[in-house]
Amino acid sequence: MSRLALIDWVLITALIWLALGIAGVFLAHRFTVISRVLFPLGAINSLVLGILALVGLLSETQELILPIGLPGLPFHLRLDALSSFFLFLLGATSAGISIYAAGYFRKSQSAVLGLQCLLYHAFLTSMSFVLLANDGYAFMVAWETMALSSFFLVTAEHRHPEIRRAGYLYLLIAHIGSVAILLSFGLMAGSTGDYTFDAMRQFADGAFWRTTAFLLALVGFGAKAGILPLHVWLPEAHPAAPSPVSAMMSGVMLKTAIYGLLRVGFDLLHAHTWWWGLLLLLVGLATALFGVVFSAVQTDMKRLLAYSSIENIGLITLGMGLTLIFRAFGMTGFASLALTATLYHCLNHAFFKSLLFLSTGSVLHATGERNLGKLGGLIHQMPWVAWLALIGVLASAGLPPLNGFVSEWLLLQSFLFTPEVPHGYLNMLLPVFAAAIALIAALAGFTMVKFFGVVFLGQPREEKLAQAHDASRLSRLGLLWLAAGCVLLGLMPNVIVSLLDPVMQLLIGFGRQLDARPENWLFLAPFYEERASYSPIIFFCGIVAMTLVSWLAVRRYFHSRAKRVPPWDCGFPLQTGRMQDTSEGYSQPIRRIFSPFFKRTRQHPSPFDAQPRYLSIVEDPFWYWLYLPVAWIVEQGTRVVDFLQRGRIAIYLLYSFATLITLLVLTRG
Amino acid sequence: MNFYALIAQLIELVAALLLAPLLVGWVNQCRAWLQNRTAPPLLQTYFTLHKLFRKEVLLAHNASPLFRAAPYAIFACMALASAIVPTLSTNLILAPAADAIAFVGLFALARVFIALAGMDVGTSFGSLGSRREMLIGFLAEPALLMVFFTASLISHSTSLSSIVQTLTRTDLIIYPSLAFAGTAFTMVSLAENARVPVDNPTTHLELTMIHEAMILEYSGRHLALIEWAASLKLFAYSCLGIALFVPFGISATALPTDLLLAASCMLIKLAIGGFVLALIETLSAKMRIFRAPEFLGTAFLLAVLAMLVHLLLETGR
Repeated sequence: MSRLALIDWVLITALIWLALGIAGVFLAHRFTVISRVLFPLGAINSLVLGILALVGLLSETQELILPIGLPGLPFHLRLDALSSFFLFLLGATSAGISIYAAGYFRKSQSAVLGLQCLLYHAFLTSMSFVLLANDGYAFMVAWETMALSSFFLVTAEHRHPEIRRAGYLYLLIAHIGSVAILLSFGLMAGSTGDYTFDAMRQFADGAFWRTTAFLLALVGFGAKAGILPLHVWLPEAHPAAPSPVSAMMSGVMLKTAIYGLLRVGFDLLHAHTWWWGLLLLLVGLATALFGVVFSAVQTDMKRLLAYSSIENIGLITLGMGLTLIFRAFGMTGFASLALTATLYHCLNHAFFKSLLFLSTGSVLHATGERNLGKLGGLIHQMPWVAWLALIGVLASAGLPPLNGFVSEWLLLQSFLFTPEVPHGYLNMLLPVFAAAIALIAALAGFTMVKFFGVVFLGQPREEKLAQAHDASRLSRLGLLWLAAGCVLLGLMPNVIVSLLDPVMQLLIGFGRQLDARPENWLFLAPFYEERASYSPIIFFCGIVAMTLVSWLAVRRYFHSRAKRVPPWDCGFPLQTGRMQDTSEGYSQPIRRIFSPFFKRTRQHPSPFDAQPRYLSIVEDPFWYWLYLPVAWIVEQGTRVVDFLQRGRIAIYLLYSFATLITLLVLTRG
Repeated sequence: MNFYALIAQLIELVAALLLAPLLVGWVNQCRAWLQNRTAPPLLQTYFTLHKLFRKEVLLAHNASPLFRAAPYAIFACMALASAIVPTLSTNLILAPAADAIAFVGLFALARVFIALAGMDVGTSFGSLGSRREMLIGFLAEPALLMVFFTASLISHSTSLSSIVQTLTRTDLIIYPSLAFAGTAFTMVSLAENARVPVDNPTTHLELTMIHEAMILEYSGRHLALIEWAASLKLFAYSCLGIALFVPFGISATALPTDLLLAASCMLIKLAIGGFVLALIETLSAKMRIFRAPEFLGTAFLLAVLAMLVHLLLETGR
C-alpha cells in the first residue's frame, strides 16, 4: 500500500469518480443521498486530485501500463508536467462545480438524477483519462467516452426538440473531430503501427506529413474547442445542458482540446515550423473576434457566455500561435513567456467561466428564465449570486486586479517582444495582433457589463422575478470557491507562474524566464523589473485603501443620511420596468458597427402600421457560408448513390458477392 | 532613494487631488473667454464640490449597495491612476506596481463601475448612458493601448516611469511615430473625458448625453465624488500626455530642488494644455453619437500607424 506511486493515486481518484457515478445508479431513488452525499464526495475527490496534480507538477514524469483493453493493446498512462497542470485545472474547477451541483438539483428532477450522476462522474473520469493517456488508443477511448457522456448530459432534457438538435449537432461535429484526430495519430504512428506517444515522438517523416498531421490535429481538437469555423455546436450545446454541465464543458472540457493541441503540436511534433504558429494566430484571432462580437449581441444569457467561451478559446489559440512562432525561431525565453500566458489563461477561463455559468444556473433555477429580456434587478433578491457573479464578470472583462487581467497582461507583454522575431514581414505583422487583442478585451468588457447589468441590475422586467430566491447553501459554497479562485489567481500570479515552470521545461526546454523568484513574490515581471512589472497585491491594496480613506473622510466631514425617493422620471410618471433598455438595445451599437459579421433579418414596421411588430434576427453567417452548402452537397451526393439502396436482401447479397469477387481478382496477383 | 520616492509619491497624489478641480476651472474659464462669455470664478469647481458634499443624498428606492459603493470605487481608481502617472518625478514608489497596461486596466475598471452604477436604478437614461459609455470605452481603450505600445517599443519597457525616463533623455531625437501617437492620444483623451466633439460636459440634452446620462441619479456627496473623479481623470490624462509627448522637466531623482522645477514646468504645461483643450472644444461641434466610432476608429488606426512607423523607420533594421 505504501509503495503506490503518484500516478497510481491519480488513477485511483479518477476511478473513485466512476464508482460514485455507479453508486448513483443503484441509489437512483434516493434523492438526498445522491445530492447530499455523492456529489460532495465527488467534490472532495476533485480536491484530492487537484492536490495530487500539484505534487505531480513538481515531481518526475511517471508512467504506467494498464493491462486492460484489447489483447496486445494495453492502456499506457503517463503523468508529466503538462498533464499534471491540466489535471490541476480539472480538479480545482470541478471541486467548485460538484459542490454547486450538490445544491442545484431539485427534488422534481430526481427521476433522472441517478443517471445524471453516473454520466457526470463518467465525464469527469474520462477527462482525467484523456489527460493521462500516453497512447493513441487509450486517448481515443477516453476522448470518445468524454464526447458521449457529455452528449447524454447535454440531451438530459431531450423532450425539447431544440435540445435534441443541439445534441445531434454536437455529436456530429465531435465525431468529425475525432476522425481527424484519429487520422493524425495514424499519420504519426506511420508504418510502425506503434500507437504509443513515445513512438510518435520519434515521428520524423518529411515536412509535408508532419504538417498534415498537425493540420489534422488542429481540425480535430479545434472542433472540440470551438475554433472557427467548427464552433457552431458550442453556442447550441453549452446552453442546452444543465448549468453545472455547461460550466464543466466550457470551463474544463474545452481545455482538454487545448491540452490535445499542445500535446500534439509541441510534445509529439516538436513545433519547428513557424507558419504553423501564424496559422494558429490567424485562426485564433478570427475565433476571438467572432466570439466576442457575437457574444455582445446575444439575448440569451447562456448563449452569451458560450460565445464568450469561443472568444477565450481564440485568445488561448493566439497565445499558442505566438509560442509556436517564438519557439520555431529558437527564442525560447519569449516562447516560455507566451506559453505562460496561454496556460494561465486556460486556468483563468476555467474559473471565471464556470463561475458565470453556475451563476446563470442559479438565476435559471430561481426564475426559470434564460432570456435577458425577461430578467433584471436580481441583485436585490439574489445578493450572493449577484456579488459573486460580479467577481466573475470583472475577471472575464480582463480587469485588474482579478485573474483575467494577469493572463491578458502576460499575453500583451509577450506580443511586445515580437519586433525581435528575425523575419522580415512577420515582425511588423505580429504587433498588429496585439492591437486586435486590445480591441477584443475591451469588447469583452462591454459584453460583461451588458450581461451583469441586464440580469442583476435595474428593475425587474417581469413580475415573477420578485419571488426569486438566492442560491442554496451548497451552491453558494461552490460559487464562493470559484470566485475565491478568481481572486487568488489574480493576486498571486507569481505562485502559479513558478508552478508552471516544469511545463515550460517539458514543452520548450527552457523555463524561469519570468522573474518569479520567491524573494520577488510581490511583483510579476517578465525578464527584469525595468522592462515591465505589475504587482496585483499593491494594486489591490491601493484601490482598497483609497476607497476606505475616501469613505471615511466623506463620512467624517460630510455625513448625512441618505433619503430614499423615487427615481427621477423626467416628468413622465408612467415608467415601468419594461421601459428600461433591453439587451437588444444595449447591443445595438455593436450590431451597427460590426454589421458585416452578422446575418441579419430585419423587419421594421411603417409609421402607418396599426399593429407594429419589430423583428430583428441575428444569425451566425457560417451556417450560410459553410454548413448549409456542405449539407446540400452531402444531400446531393447521397441522392446520387441512392439507387444502390434497394431494400431487398438479394440485392445486398449480390453486392457482397461482387465485392468479394473483385477483391479476390485484385489480390490474386 | 526610497524615502524620496515615497515623498514624491505623496506630493504627487496630494497635488493631483488638489489641482484637478483647478484644471477643470481653468478650462472652463478659457472656454468662456474664447466664447465671449463672462467666466465663472477660477475656483468655481471647488465651490461646487463643497456645495455638493454638504447636500443631502437622494437615493432611488431600488438603488442597490453597488450604486452607493460605486462613487467611492471610481474615485479610488482615479486617485490611484493620477498617483501612478509620473507628473513630477519618475522615481515613484508605486511605479513598479502598475505599468501602462495596468494603467489602462485601471481606467477600464472605473468605467465598468460607473456603467454598472448607471444601469442600477433602471431608468432609461442610465442604461442609455452606460451603453454609450461602454461603446466609447471599447473603441478608445485599444487606441490608448496602442499609443502606449508605440512608446513602449521606443523605450523597450511598459513601465510608465521607464518610458518617461527614456523619452526625457533622448531630448533631441524626434520620433515621427510619436507625432501619430500624439494625435491619437489627443483624440482618445477627448473621448474618454467626455469632451466635445464626442460628448459635451455641460449639456443635459437627452439625445446627446453620455457621461451626464449615467450619473443622472446621483446627488449629494456621491455626485461630488464622481465629479471630483472626473476632474482627476482629466488631470491624469493631461499629465499623461505631458509625460509622453513633452516630458522635459520631469525629474528622475525626486530631490526637492528638482521637484520644484518639475512642478513649475508642470503648471505651465497644464495651463497651456488646458487652453488648447478649450480651444478644441470651442472650434469643433459635437458629433452625432454614431460618428464617434469613426472618430475613435481613426484614432485607433493612427495609433497602429504610429506603431508601424516606429517599426519601419526607427528600429534601424
